Amino acid sequence: MSDVTDITRAEVCVVACADAWRGSGEVLAHAVGIVPTISARLAKLTFEPDLVLTDGDCFLMSEPPPLGRNASAGGTIESWAPFRRIFEILATGRRHSMMGASQVDRHGNQNISSIGDWRKPTRQLIGVRGAPGNTVNHRVDYWVSRHSARVFVEAVDVVSGVGNDRARAHGGAALRFHDLGVVVTDLAVLDYDDAGLLKVRSLHPGVTADEVTEQTGFAIDVSGATTTRLPTAEELELIRTVLDPAGLRDKEVRR
Amino acid sequence: MADKTMRLADLASHVRSGMTIGIGGWGSRRKPMALVRELLRSDVTDLTVVTFGGPDVGLLCAAGKVKRLVYGFVSLDSIPLDPHFRAAREAGSIETTEYDEGMFVAALRAGAARLSFQPIRAGLASDVLTMNPELKTVASPYDDEVYVAVPGVRMDLALIHLNRADAAGNGQYLGPDPYFDDLYAMAADRCIMSVEQVVPTADLTKDAPPQSLLVSRMFVSGVVEAPGGAGFTSCDPDYGRDEAAQRAYVDAARDPETWAAFAKSYLEEAVR
Repeated sequence: MSDVTDITRAEVCVVACADAWRGSGEVLAHAVGIVPTISARLAKLTFEPDLVLTDGDCFLMSEPPPLGRNASAGGTIESWAPFRRIFEILATGRRHSMMGASQVDRHGNQNISSIGDWRKPTRQLIGVRGAPGNTVNHRVDYWVSRHSARVFVEAVDVVSGVGNDRARAHGGAALRFHDLGVVVTDLAVLDYDDAGLLKVRSLHPGVTADEVTEQTGFAIDVSGATTTRLPTAEELELIRTVLDPAGLRDKEVRR
Repeated sequence: MADKTMRLADLASHVRSGMTIGIGGWGSRRKPMALVRELLRSDVTDLTVVTFGGPDVGLLCAAGKVKRLVYGFVSLDSIPLDPHFRAAREAGSIETTEYDEGMFVAALRAGAARLSFQPIRAGLASDVLTMNPELKTVASPYDDEVYVAVPGVRMDLALIHLNRADAAGNGQYLGPDPYFDDLYAMAADRCIMSVEQVVPTADLTKDAPPQSLLVSRMFVSGVVEAPGGAGFTSCDPDYGRDEAAQRAYVDAARDPETWAAFAKSYLEEAVR
């Protein structure tokens, strides 16, 4: 078994993300980024065995495929989900996303589209991609690999993923599937209070409340924060020897 | 059945300035790059380009061909952002219709079905509606739900690349993902399809299942045999993405002189 005394921040982040899949059941895990991808696979191998994993291309895999490689690298294909079917699946709600965020505000509005005025952005990003649709169809969590006041801003420049204030302001029943879960960062796990505002649920071991407050561009409640749990010996073993033997997680989490 | 085969160079006779042109594939995957190259060689301008964008978008933007871009994203896959698309956006030199990916597919589906719109939940409460003020919502006639009414997109011309076709225009994909190429073909008045290989009709199903026949000749006006015609994007299983070419493309974008040299050699490549 792995040594639990030399646990890295990346490994803490992996299990914090893995815990976000707890209770998801038989849904398609959509994970963007290295840490979220490892986390979904870890969840499946431990406490969430019914989770449905993709190889990142168009195959669903009955066991975790090698990180960064698709079905052609081996493994057992259990179904086929080309891009067109992904949109059909997400509309059914049988999906759970963990996406990145270039900006997030206190209400959980997320931006991956562009920075500045969208008509002539100072920095064009990738576009809203699937964020508008994901956030109104099924549970969405965010992963922020570098917690900073540039990411956690007063107001995002383009609302790509829909935040709680906007969803609540929307009349009618069409947004009844809006479901923001957690925001996991390299410093902390955030979730939402009853008013739909981000708060700190737990601080990663070694991180202070002041550090999170300083790195967040809006006032955030840290009063109820616990400490993020450490990986178990079994989880560490799986992360280090099965899921990410090349240590890619440490390239994404640099603290 | 009519023989619809044509040469790459014949594409010029199918395009005019101001057209709406759909480009199949996804990101840096199975893009009809040989056909895009012919577009670049032509003198058409003011195009409205409809696509899940990859280097097709960057090249057309850099060449000043694009008036409006309708897209869900623009990415080179392994390289997240296309430098020329980015430069065009940051200079404010192109008009944009930026959709959620599902909305983009809804626009294609509605266009193919000749519907004026398709309802979808995606986009509600997001800035997609702010960025596209012409978008309207529609109230359900059955309950109190309100949806985004994504207008159907019709194209004058669709350009797609598949693995194989017969001369009549029955197209086949042999890779794992059809992307949305059949929808592009159906949502366009005409579709020009390039393929790795033109084969006799009977050969299409000799070694591949009939489900791989993605596009029917009903929706194809011209067939171009263009081996390597998706390069430097992928065309599984014939070839993968050319990462070296992608890096060269991105590196060349760093300054105008390097780019001019790259563009010149790219256009001169003998893929005809």
